[in-house]
Amino acid sequence: MNTPQNNGDTACVVEVSDVTFGYPPLGIEQPVLEEVSLTIEPRDFLGIIGPNGGGKTTLLKLMLGLLRPQKGAIRIMGRPPSRVRHRIGYVPQHASVDASVPADVLDIVLTGRLAGSSWGAWFGRADVEAAMAALKRVHIAELARRPLRTLSGGQRQRVLIARALVCQPQLLLLDEPTANVDAHVEAGLTDLLHELNHSLAIVMVSHDVSFVSTHLKRVACLNRRISVQRASDISPDIIARMYGGDVRHIHHGGACPLTDPGCEQDCEPAETAAADAAVTGTGRKGPPPPPPGSER
Amino acid sequence: MDFFEAMIHHNPLLLNGLIAGLLASICCGIIGPYVITRRIVMASGAISHMAIGGVGVGLFMAYMWVDPAFRQGLEQFTGGLLAAPEGDIAAGSPTREQLDQAALLGAMGAAVIGALLIGLVHQRIHERMDTLLGAMWAVGMSIGLVMLKLTPAYQTEVTAYLFGNISFVPRSELWILAALAGCVLLTVLVFHKRFVAICLDQQQAELQGINTLWTNLVLLVLVAFTVLTVMRVVGLVLVLALLALPAATAGHHATRLVHMMWISVLLCVLLTTVPRILVYGTPISPEPATVLAAGGVYLGSVILRRAVLALR
Repeated sequence: MNTPQNNGDTACVVEVSDVTFGYPPLGIEQPVLEEVSLTIEPRDFLGIIGPNGGGKTTLLKLMLGLLRPQKGAIRIMGRPPSRVRHRIGYVPQHASVDASVPADVLDIVLTGRLAGSSWGAWFGRADVEAAMAALKRVHIAELARRPLRTLSGGQRQRVLIARALVCQPQLLLLDEPTANVDAHVEAGLTDLLHELNHSLAIVMVSHDVSFVSTHLKRVACLNRRISVQRASDISPDIIARMYGGDVRHIHHGGACPLTDPGCEQDCEPAETAAADAAVTGTGRKGPPPPPPGSER
Repeated sequence: MDFFEAMIHHNPLLLNGLIAGLLASICCGIIGPYVITRRIVMASGAISHMAIGGVGVGLFMAYMWVDPAFRQGLEQFTGGLLAAPEGDIAAGSPTREQLDQAALLGAMGAAVIGALLIGLVHQRIHERMDTLLGAMWAVGMSIGLVMLKLTPAYQTEVTAYLFGNISFVPRSELWILAALAGCVLLTVLVFHKRFVAICLDQQQAELQGINTLWTNLVLLVLVAFTVLTVMRVVGLVLVLALLALPAATAGHHATRLVHMMWISVLLCVLLTTVPRILVYGTPISPEPATVLAAGGVYLGSVILRRAVLALR
């Protein structure tokens, strides 16, 4: 069942309403997220960008039900996240999975199938078939019996995506999928996500601004507060000012406040934003502000 | 062939030792790969040293229970704080078999308590885990030493538990070891998928609705059982030699956890039998011979792997 099926009563895949969250011990005294609202439609493709510490990963964890908001509510497919969490495909940063584990690709993908499986030492044939189907969807079926440690970074990323897909989710959450992969791998990954977007909604956290322009349908700018807009409304100018512009100023030893018109009332021009932009800038090859669309 | 001749004609205890080694090998070979992959080698060491404390308490209780002279001595020593109960249950020193059972029971209690403690604390605080394990390691062993010092068993019995005593495994204990091995095997057959999931990626397991706390506790209790089966073979102090080294060696050559298990069971069987047979009739004890062989095989495997990688 590759096509999303709306259960009629749930038009939205994700509904985040007025969520405020802070980590203990201070809690909402020192909120990481404040009054964040967000809805995601079926087959949406939303990018979440923002500085480190801006709450991107926290928002993902809230959507997965790993954290509970102090205020506000989150509904995934009309239900609390912890109830449907095994129906959400979650792709962590690929560095978060130890590549030295004694497991082959199929073993890893099968762990995404655990929720519905029986007790017992081995997975059944249906589970293995589902895992192989997921591997086919990310075009690495031939790697099924390869140990994880022999794969490249891009291939490992695809294994994690396959693991997320094996539960046949309607929502795919990705945490910085393009971090630490080279441009060539990134292009392949972009095409893959574009392909998957035909059948499910995708939310991805990203540093990578070049991604914003071409593939995303909407962009959420998150720095404690959120501001969502259509990707087409984000002009090269805005992006350049949000990241590239800063980088250039930092390189010359100056600081520049963010002057993004879409985000300025929400995204604080904090030092973290500048530092983050610096990281992004130095991590990229070539001149920092790429005009959207020019890379591919 | 001296070993087998002796085994068949004069000393059936040698066969008991082989069977005990086999049971320990099955447990270690199966649980070891989980321990390596989940990175709970130090936790396993802490559990085994907690078990030493348990042995001390067990032997102490055995003397308390059976030996009236010991009780009176203790009463005088503590100035009546520990009063001798009225009416003796039995007179005289406890028999060797009673002591063995008491020690095993004490070790089992302490090891399981240690395992549960580690599992519960691990879930709550993550970063100070190694400190806590070190503390349990040292405190467990110290409790054992204090209790053993207080019992007359100190000189004779202690080394059997600390450093193994594979040449004198009584028949009755074999049944207990077999029961423990059976528990380990059955639990793994039920839990294997879940164990693999928490070993590979705990957060993913959690997202799949696995209760990671309970799964962890079950795994740690299995480690505790495994420690008990190894007690006679290489001793509680050297448990890691048989629990971690063969599995780590297998990890050099296997790409899947299941393959790792097969290889490490095989290695454990070889390590508990071959060195023992080779040193039979020499002044070298079989237990350290086993440990040294395990270390040698591991080291050899490390060097071999380096060499293969360098040649590529």
